[in-house]
Amino acid sequence: MQRIRTLFYCMKQGIRSVWKNRVYSLASAGTITACLLLLGVFYFVVANFNYAMKSAESMVGITVFFERGTTEARMMEIKEEIRLRVEVDHIVYISAEEAWETYKKENLSAELIETFGSDNPLEDSASLEVYLNDVTMQKALVRFAEDIDGVRKVNHSESVAESFAGIETLVLVISVGLIAILVAVAVFLIRTTISTGISVRREEISIMSIFGATDFFIRAPFVVEGLIIGFLGTILPVGLLYVVYGEVVATLKEQFEGVFTSMKFLDRVEIMNRFVPIALLFSLGIGLVASHVTAKRQIRKIEMQH
Amino acid sequence: MTEYDIQREMSKIEAPVILFENVSKEYQKGVAAIENINISIYKGEFVFIVGSSGSGKSTLIRLLMKEILPSKGKVFVAGREIGRLRRRQVSKYRRSIGVVFQDFRLLKDRNVFENVAFAQRVVEAPIREIKRQVPKMLSLVGLTDKYKAYPGELSGGQQQRVALARALVNNPVILLADEPTGNLDPKNSWEIMTLLEEINKRGTTVVVVTHNQEIVDRMQKRVITLKNGRVISDEEKGRYKYAKN
Repeated sequence: MQRIRTLFYCMKQGIRSVWKNRVYSLASAGTITACLLLLGVFYFVVANFNYAMKSAESMVGITVFFERGTTEARMMEIKEEIRLRVEVDHIVYISAEEAWETYKKENLSAELIETFGSDNPLEDSASLEVYLNDVTMQKALVRFAEDIDGVRKVNHSESVAESFAGIETLVLVISVGLIAILVAVAVFLIRTTISTGISVRREEISIMSIFGATDFFIRAPFVVEGLIIGFLGTILPVGLLYVVYGEVVATLKEQFEGVFTSMKFLDRVEIMNRFVPIALLFSLGIGLVASHVTAKRQIRKIEMQH
Repeated sequence: MTEYDIQREMSKIEAPVILFENVSKEYQKGVAAIENINISIYKGEFVFIVGSSGSGKSTLIRLLMKEILPSKGKVFVAGREIGRLRRRQVSKYRRSIGVVFQDFRLLKDRNVFENVAFAQRVVEAPIREIKRQVPKMLSLVGLTDKYKAYPGELSGGQQQRVALARALVNNPVILLADEPTGNLDPKNSWEIMTLLEEINKRGTTVVVVTHNQEIVDRMQKRVITLKNGRVISDEEKGRYKYAKN
């Protein structure tokens, strides 16, 4: 019961401190807001890019052609062999008849088709269309398929796979770099705010320590202050990104119909469900760590100067 | 010999409540703030520690508060060697000591009641206890009617009384007063000393660090005189004279 009362007391002191140093608190919360806005914009772009890439990945595949004279039973064996690979998402068998039907439909006029009669010029063109769940594994799969007995040729687009892998690495490097910079800025500002709060309450802290307050009791209000600043800094960017995201996606689809109609965007609620925990973890984590470390260091200094 | 004197003599049969055992403190290598100090203070004693600036008085206080550790020797309080206390135990240890400062060190944004209650709040005392103890202490220092006043509205003497009430509210075993009359006029100084004597008579061990010769000579208490970090005299019913030599 006493512990709960102490907790409430520390929370009250923390809130009071945020109010007392409202200018600094707002400045810190503002920085977190700026960081989170940047992080949010970046995250939304990356998340949508990844989403689009995953969609594209499922459309990028390889085509396996068989050697002349391969029986359908052997083709099915080869299909099963490839299907068992971890990077394979799904696999479609296209018979020679299906291949000819599709070709006729897409490329030939009715008159021209008639000239072929019942002949199938694509008689030896039965194939397997293999779709991957990870485009970066394409090279390995191609090598594997080429080595299978009965496989004549494997068609694939290496440049697409490689550019996807390259973009993914680039996005990762930029994300990590940017987030590291943002974290450093936010930590620095929270430390400044907490230090200011501590120096304002220098006398009070000194008396607390002299009269036997525990470390927890002295530090807790500042940690609460850090958490409040972190939380305050989260509200605006989350709200703003929620509103703006929907508008931006709608505008992109409307204004650039040709370019963006085929591109898939993450649903607003879905992306917010992913982003809010990240934002809270980011801001509360920074608030907690920065305030705790600063309070510990500054309060020890004050104790040494009674 | 009064009844109080008899009680005090009896208490010396017990172990000292404060014991400095061959204590030295060097802030810089080769420069001793205090050197080979041996002091025993018993429960219920009233002791003046006097000496000129730089004689080592503040170092003794800081050692007692465990803000610093001795370079040599040991400091015992109520039988425990305080140098061995872990950080977590220090806060509990400090609750057994009340402290009064020359500049009062009251919180200016809180009224008299809140200032006294603050010492209890920080040790997480129950509200019931705070409501019972604070008025009792304010009554003891004669400030019951001023409980709503802010430090800025009080005289120096009244502020020191609030500081005394705050120092006593957690029922400390020892009361350390660091120049408690340094900022007060003679009348207020004497009133504070009378109050300290009264507190001492209730059983609290009182240690007063002071420069105030008139008070020391008038009080007729034990006087420990420091000079250049050493104890040069320790007298029952002593006088200030030695510090000047």
